[in-house]
Amino acid sequence: MTDTKKPTKQVSVTPKTSVSVLFAGDSGDGMQLTGTQFANTVAVHGTELNTFPNFPSEIRAPAGTIAGVSGFQLQFSSKPVYTPGARFDVMVAMNSAALKANLKDLHRGGIIIAGTEGFDAKNLKLAGYPDGANPLEDGSLDNYILFPVPVLQLTREALKESGLTSREIDRCKNMFVLGLLYWLYSLPLEGTFETLRAKFQKNGQMAEANIRAVKAGYYFGDETELFANLGRFDIAPQKQHGTYRRVTGNEACAIALTAASKKAGLELFLGSYPITPATEILSTLAKKKKYGVKTFQAEDEIAGIVSSIGAAYGGALAATNTSGPGLALKTEALGLAVILELPLVVINVQRGGPSTGLPTKPEQSDLLMAMYGRHGEAPLPVLAASSPVDCFYATYEAARIAVEHMTPVICLTDGYLALSSEPWKVESPDNLSEIKPRFQPERKPEDAPYLPYKRDDRQVRSWAKPGTRGLEHRIGGLEKQHETGNVSHDPENHELMTKLRAEKIAKIAESIPLQHIDNGPLKGDLLVLGWGSSYGAIKTAVEIALEQGYSVAHAHLRYISPFPKNLRELFGNYKQILVPELNNGQLIHIIRDTFLIAPEGFTKVQGVPFNETEILNKITDLIKEL
Amino acid sequence: MTDNDTTMTALPVLSAKDFASNQEAKWCPGCGDHAVLQQLKNVLPELGVAPENIACISGIGCSSRLPYYLGTYGVHGIHGRALPMATGLKIARPDLSVWVGTGDGDALSIGGNHFIHTLRRNPDLNIILFNNEIYGLTKGQYSPTSKLGLRTVTSPSGVIDHPFNTAALTIGSGGTFFARAFDRDGKFLRAMLKRAALHKGTSLVEVYQNCPIFNNAAFESFATPESKANNTIYLEQGMPLVFGNDKNRGIVLDGFKPIVVDLDKEGVSTSDLWIHDEADINKAGILARFADDDSLPRPFGVFYAEDRITYEDALTDQINEAQVNGCATLEQLLKGDNSYEIK
Repeated sequence: MTDTKKPTKQVSVTPKTSVSVLFAGDSGDGMQLTGTQFANTVAVHGTELNTFPNFPSEIRAPAGTIAGVSGFQLQFSSKPVYTPGARFDVMVAMNSAALKANLKDLHRGGIIIAGTEGFDAKNLKLAGYPDGANPLEDGSLDNYILFPVPVLQLTREALKESGLTSREIDRCKNMFVLGLLYWLYSLPLEGTFETLRAKFQKNGQMAEANIRAVKAGYYFGDETELFANLGRFDIAPQKQHGTYRRVTGNEACAIALTAASKKAGLELFLGSYPITPATEILSTLAKKKKYGVKTFQAEDEIAGIVSSIGAAYGGALAATNTSGPGLALKTEALGLAVILELPLVVINVQRGGPSTGLPTKPEQSDLLMAMYGRHGEAPLPVLAASSPVDCFYATYEAARIAVEHMTPVICLTDGYLALSSEPWKVESPDNLSEIKPRFQPERKPEDAPYLPYKRDDRQVRSWAKPGTRGLEHRIGGLEKQHETGNVSHDPENHELMTKLRAEKIAKIAESIPLQHIDNGPLKGDLLVLGWGSSYGAIKTAVEIALEQGYSVAHAHLRYISPFPKNLRELFGNYKQILVPELNNGQLIHIIRDTFLIAPEGFTKVQGVPFNETEILNKITDLIKEL
Repeated sequence: MTDNDTTMTALPVLSAKDFASNQEAKWCPGCGDHAVLQQLKNVLPELGVAPENIACISGIGCSSRLPYYLGTYGVHGIHGRALPMATGLKIARPDLSVWVGTGDGDALSIGGNHFIHTLRRNPDLNIILFNNEIYGLTKGQYSPTSKLGLRTVTSPSGVIDHPFNTAALTIGSGGTFFARAFDRDGKFLRAMLKRAALHKGTSLVEVYQNCPIFNNAAFESFATPESKANNTIYLEQGMPLVFGNDKNRGIVLDGFKPIVVDLDKEGVSTSDLWIHDEADINKAGILARFADDDSLPRPFGVFYAEDRITYEDALTDQINEAQVNGCATLEQLLKGDNSYEIK
């Protein structure tokens, strides 16, 4: 193998619209890195893209076992894609456990590229195959296109003069696979070389070895006869001109909080405690000191939110981020934020529950907790993000509502959105809505007393920043007297304040957009009403159903509390409403309760996202019954 | 809540009433909390900080009503959480003088985790820990500082929980300032509150505070003229540890062991006595343990004071370093570091 670029052999190149690929291997095989790098390459190449990493909650589960399998799925396409693909077309299986764990989700007739060294007797046994059985040899994969590739051996050969230790050489095998996939999908290598050189800036030998492994994989595609019949594929780039970046949901949340603070002219404070899968919001913001962001890794979830309430009292844009168990711990402090009427953004990255549940897996099962999980009458706005990029817009909007309506706001994302990524056309600052904090100005001695709980016509009180003369005031968790904010145990006052707090939240509906139909007819048989990360699967399913001639539309809720004002009217335009949710039925409770209607639920509680096929089948079944 | 009389900050000289709110203190008659409030109001005008630049944060409990009675900014929060709230406020607003009013239940039981972590981080907070060794607001249950054997509604046969030693806990947690004061000694309490205010970092002032209703006379042996002299020792920087009616008793250190000596007896001179050094963490640790030994007098005063960078200053330093070329813009933020062009 040499470094000089060889002309590619004349194998056929078939154009394709889209393809879904899974990189799967042991959690030590570097599959997340491989997938991420492949995603970067196709993004920069200009194809549409959606990614989904899927890994165990253990950092290093026993090697070779099903529990230790780590996967990175992505779909890239010449047209917009909203999911990583219901099933994948291509599976890279670095070991037998990876194959066994994922085979059910590979399209019949799909391609398997199997690293043969991961199918030795030891690995087969660890994966739970019966003695003597080897799927690469026993014909059990005859319904698929199988390419056994001795990845490890080829990597070792390519790197035998690299100067690396044999352990280091073996770790480069994921780059060989990456190169092979680049060949198969006619993708450029240079971007990866740049990334590797930057990553191993201080270790040129390592950078060059990794680059050589990528090239070796690429040339292997060229030279081997293995792919002669299959040929190569090409997914034509179709992305609009412009500047893009690829973001995960967690990154998008972090950027949104920072952007909101800039736009509002406030300092950003994040009080947080590490929790899967929400931690990247904290770690991303910890790196944003050049924007003046202050992060505080607290001793626990409670201190995370309470420190943020302290910062909000001090006049900062305050936020906290967490996942289900953490939100449970924060509920008492959320009640405090409700009665203090201070702005606070709470990002809850939902995961499988209850309790520790499925820490790395997505679920939409915290909706009722977000809506009602506080003692006393403590309403607050609840928003949900629908895609990794939408995490930016939902979080930004949560910050706007918090600051302009003086209330804690919960923004729901989930483990799927948090870790998935998609390209995002770089947003212009001018396109972001204004955020206007309403700070009370200084008061002179002769002026009337400051009334901290005096409200405007939206029932919003003013924000009095410590350090402002004449506004010295005390607030607290005890019930407030209307307007003065003094402690009051008066029965009528408590009822009045309860109603005023609720009215303030209800009135937010005046400042949010009406619900729109994402796709489909404005009147018809079926409305699919989704919220959160099921957006992509519903969108894709509805697109297909519409192509098949069904009368179906898709509306996706960003605002769950308060609801957009036109929701009732919109529901009246369809014969039936379908509510798919990754829980045991939560939004449907709220819809039934609010509108006294009987929608059809569709739930899945498996710790994995919906796929478009499941939803499509439900749509067509339901319409046929109408 | 607001009041009209707190806006007179244009006056060059402020007095205690400039730091009072218009709310009447609702503690029981005879409660030690009144004394702490009064001394705090006496100290605040001496600090040169206007009322609008002071915030008092508290949790839940009798003592946590403190913010309502001060004419400054303030938040009466939730049980045990005064310290993280104060920390968040201080990080967001290093320019403010932040005080915390908390009790033995609030700070050491439900808020115990926050207590130790706040101390090690060292934000510039002034914490007044009202220690009455009982839960007062919930009517007389034992607290984490209640003495062994104390009979309360929840310990009818006597407390069997070993109590916290607040001083040892503070020093062990990496706290940079610990002082003990007493509600019955207003002048000394005031001096300790002032020392706390002047210490840059987390200052912990434990105030022995009498609850006349549920734990009356818990600190009586440090209060009555007959017993006070022999049971208390007042610490002064650079001075020998002496106490007793005629200042005729002292403490010497035998290795790590403090021993009471009689200065009237021959063979003992003042120069042999333990000289108090606030900067000595090892001696502070021994002083902290005096409370566990009935043969030793109870120390009052500043046990320990260490000059260490505050949390908010360390964070500000990091932010300044990151902004050495100016604060990055919204445009830079949105574009990110890994954007790419599709042509």
